[in-house]
Amino acid sequence: MTAITSIPISHYLILCSLLFCIGVVGVLIKRNALVILMSVELMINSINLLLAAFSAYSNDPAGQIFVFFIMVVAAAEVAIGLAIIVLIFKTTGSIDIDVLNKLKW
Amino acid sequence: MTILLTLIPLLPLLGFIILGLGYRSIPKKLAAIIGPGTILVSFVFSATILLTYHSTFDIRHSTFDIQYFDWISLGPVSIPFEFLIDPLSILMMLIITGVGFLIHVYSVGYMSHDEGFNRFFAFMNLFVFFMLILVMGGNYVVMFIGWEGVGLCSYLLIGFWFKNQQFNNAAKKAFIMNRIGDLGFLLGMFLIFYTFGTFTYNGVFEQAKVLSSGSGVLVAITLLLFVGAVGKSAQIPLYTWLPDAMAGPTPVSALIHAATMVTAGVYMVARSGVLYVLAPLTMEIIGIVSLATMLLAAVIAIYQNDIKKVLAYSTISQLAYMFLALSVGAFTGAMFHLMTHAFFKALLFLGAGSVIHALDGEQDIMKMGGLRKSLPKTYWTFLIATLAIAGLPPLSGFFSKDEILASVFANSQPLWIIAIAASMLTAFYMFRLFFLTFFGTNRGSHPQSVKIHESPAVMTVPLMVLAFLACFGGFLNIPEIMGGSGMLKDFLAPVFADAVRLNQLPHLMVPESREWLNIGLIILLVLMMVFRAYRKFGKRDAGERMQDAGFKMRDAGYRMQDAGFKMRDAGYGIQDAGDVPRIKQHLFARLAENKFYVDEIYDAVFVKPALWLSGALHKFVEVRFIDRIVDGTGILVVRFSNLMRYLQAGHVGAYLFFMIIGIILILFFNIIL
Repeated sequence: MTAITSIPISHYLILCSLLFCIGVVGVLIKRNALVILMSVELMINSINLLLAAFSAYSNDPAGQIFVFFIMVVAAAEVAIGLAIIVLIFKTTGSIDIDVLNKLKW
Repeated sequence: MTILLTLIPLLPLLGFIILGLGYRSIPKKLAAIIGPGTILVSFVFSATILLTYHSTFDIRHSTFDIQYFDWISLGPVSIPFEFLIDPLSILMMLIITGVGFLIHVYSVGYMSHDEGFNRFFAFMNLFVFFMLILVMGGNYVVMFIGWEGVGLCSYLLIGFWFKNQQFNNAAKKAFIMNRIGDLGFLLGMFLIFYTFGTFTYNGVFEQAKVLSSGSGVLVAITLLLFVGAVGKSAQIPLYTWLPDAMAGPTPVSALIHAATMVTAGVYMVARSGVLYVLAPLTMEIIGIVSLATMLLAAVIAIYQNDIKKVLAYSTISQLAYMFLALSVGAFTGAMFHLMTHAFFKALLFLGAGSVIHALDGEQDIMKMGGLRKSLPKTYWTFLIATLAIAGLPPLSGFFSKDEILASVFANSQPLWIIAIAASMLTAFYMFRLFFLTFFGTNRGSHPQSVKIHESPAVMTVPLMVLAFLACFGGFLNIPEIMGGSGMLKDFLAPVFADAVRLNQLPHLMVPESREWLNIGLIILLVLMMVFRAYRKFGKRDAGERMQDAGFKMRDAGYRMQDAGFKMRDAGYGIQDAGDVPRIKQHLFARLAENKFYVDEIYDAVFVKPALWLSGALHKFVEVRFIDRIVDGTGILVVRFSNLMRYLQAGHVGAYLFFMIIGIILILFFNIIL
C-alpha cells in the first residue's frame, strides 16, 4: 500500500487526463475506423487506471470492482464495433470515414 | 313505473341507433318492423301510464317526478335531468306516439321504393325520441334539449332527398329560422334562472305565483319564450320556413309539420301557463300575432295551387288558432285543438301523400281532378278530414274550434269576429282544395291518368284509423252546455288550475242561449263557405262541362293517332274556351298567390346582406390575414428544416466532433456551474 501511495495522486490524475485527451484527439483526427476504435479503447483504459488509483488511495475496493464492469462492457463494445467495421469493409471496400458519407440528406 | 317511463323515450332512441348503424345492412323488411315497432311499444307504455294514472299518481299534485341524475353542477347550482309526468305530458306523449305510429306504418308503404328507407326510419325514430324528451322534461333545460333536437331532425328530414339542392336550402331555412327563435328561448331561460334561481318547472311556478301580475320581468320572460314559440310553431314573422319544408317526404310533413314539432310552441306556452297569465301584455301580443298570422296564412292558402302548400299554410293558420286560445287563457281549449288538429291534419297530409303517390308525383291541384272514383278510400278519409278542419259537427274539429271560439267570445267580441272570419276562410280554402282534387274530370296528362291506383293497405289503414279519430275524437271533451262531461277538461284541470285561478283577463259570463246562437251562427257561416266553394270549384257549369268534353275528346285523340289528330285539336279548342276558374286575377289575388312576397323581402333584407358580409370578410380578412398566418407557419417550418439539413452532411468526423463538443458542454454546465 505504501508503495502505491508514495506517488501523489496528482500524478495519476494528470497521466489519465493526458491519456484521455490523446484518445479524444485520436477520435477526432484519425480517418481509419479501426484507429478510432483504438482511441476509444484508450479513453476507456485511462478511466480504468484512474478508478484503480482512486480505489487504492482511499482503500475502497469498489473502484476496482467497477473497473471489472467497465472492462466487460468495453470488451463487448469492441466486439460489436469490430463486427460492424468488417461488414462495412465487405460491403463498401473501405474503412476511411471520409469516404463513408452516405448517411446524409 | 319509472322503468316504463324511462323506456318510453329510450326505445325510439334505440331504434334510431340500430337503424342508423345498419342503414345499409338491415333489410327493408326488418327495418319496417323496427321503425314503427318501437313507437308502438312506446305508445302501449304511454297508454299504460294513462290507465294507471289515477292509482299511482300523487293525487294532491297529480304529477310524477323522476330525477335521474345531477346533470349540470356549477358550484351551488345544480340542474338535474328530470322528467315531470302530469296529465299534460301524458296527453302529448299519447299524441306523439299514437299519431307517430300511424304515420310510421304509412311510411312503410310510402317510402317502400326509396333506397334511403332505413335512414328515414332512423331519423323519424330520433325525432320521436327528442319530441318525447321535450314533453316529458321536468325543467326548461331538458325541454330545450328536445326543442333543439326536433329542430335538428326537422332539418335532417326536410333535406332527406339531399341530392336536390333546393330541398337542402329549404332544410337550411327551416333550421336557421328555428335557431332565431331559439335565441329568444335561450334568453328567456337565462332570465328565468336569474329571476327564480332554478329551471325546474315546479320551482319556477311556485315562486312565480306570488309575483304580482304584470311585473316587468315576467313580461320579459314570457315574451322571450314566445319568440322561441314563434320560430318553432311558424307564426309571424318566422313562418316562411314551413311552406318550404314541404320539400320533405309527405309523412315528414304529416308528423313534424302538422302533428308534433310545430305544436311544441303551444305545449311550451301551455306548460308555462302560470307565467303567461301573470303577464297580460304578452297575452295581448300573442293574441295580435296569432290573429294576424291566422288571417294572412288563410288568405295565402286560398291562392295556392300545390296541395301540400295549401296544407302548410293551413297548419300555420290552425296553430295561430291554438295561440289565440292560449292568449285568452283557454289552455284546455288550445290543447284540445292541438289533439284534434293532430288527427285531421295528419290525415290530410297522409291523404295528400296518397294522392301524390297515385298520380306519380303530381302535386299541382290544377292538374288533378276526378279522383273521387279512382281513389275511394283516400276520397272518403280526406272528406272526413276536410269536414273536421272546417269545424262541422259532429266531427272533432267542431268541438275543439267551438271551445276556442266560446272562450274568445267571453273575452272580447271583436277578436271573436276576426276568428270567425278566419274559420270561414279555412272552410273555403280547404273545400277548394277538396273539390279541385277529387271532383270533376281529371286534368292531368294521359300517362298519369292511366297509372292512377289506390294506395296499398299499409297506407290506407292508417288513413282510416285517423279518420275514425277525426270523427269521434271530439267526443272526448263535449262541453257542458251540450250535456257532455268534458273529460279532457277534467283530465287537464290539475295542470292548469293555478293558471286559470290567476287569470285576470276579462271573462264575460255568457248566457246559454247566446252560446247556442253563436254555435248556430258559426255552423251557418261555415256551411255558406262550403257551398260557395262547391259552386266555384265542385259544380261544373256549362263552360266546364264543355271543358270536360274537351278532355274526353283529347283522350280519344291520343288513342287514334292519325284520324284522331283532328278530334284532339277540336278538343283543345273547346278547352281553351273554358278554363278552371282561377280567382279573378286582380292585384290582390296575384299578391296572395305569391305569398305577399314575404320570402323575397326576407331574402333582400336579411339573406343578401349576410351573404355579402360573409363574402367581404372572406376576401379581406380570411385570405389576407388568416390564410397567410396558417400557411406561413407551414412555410416557415419547411424553410427552417431546409437550412437545418445541411448539418447532416454525412461526414462522420463532423458528427464525432459535435458529439464531443456536446459532452464537454454538458460536463461544463453540470460540474462547473
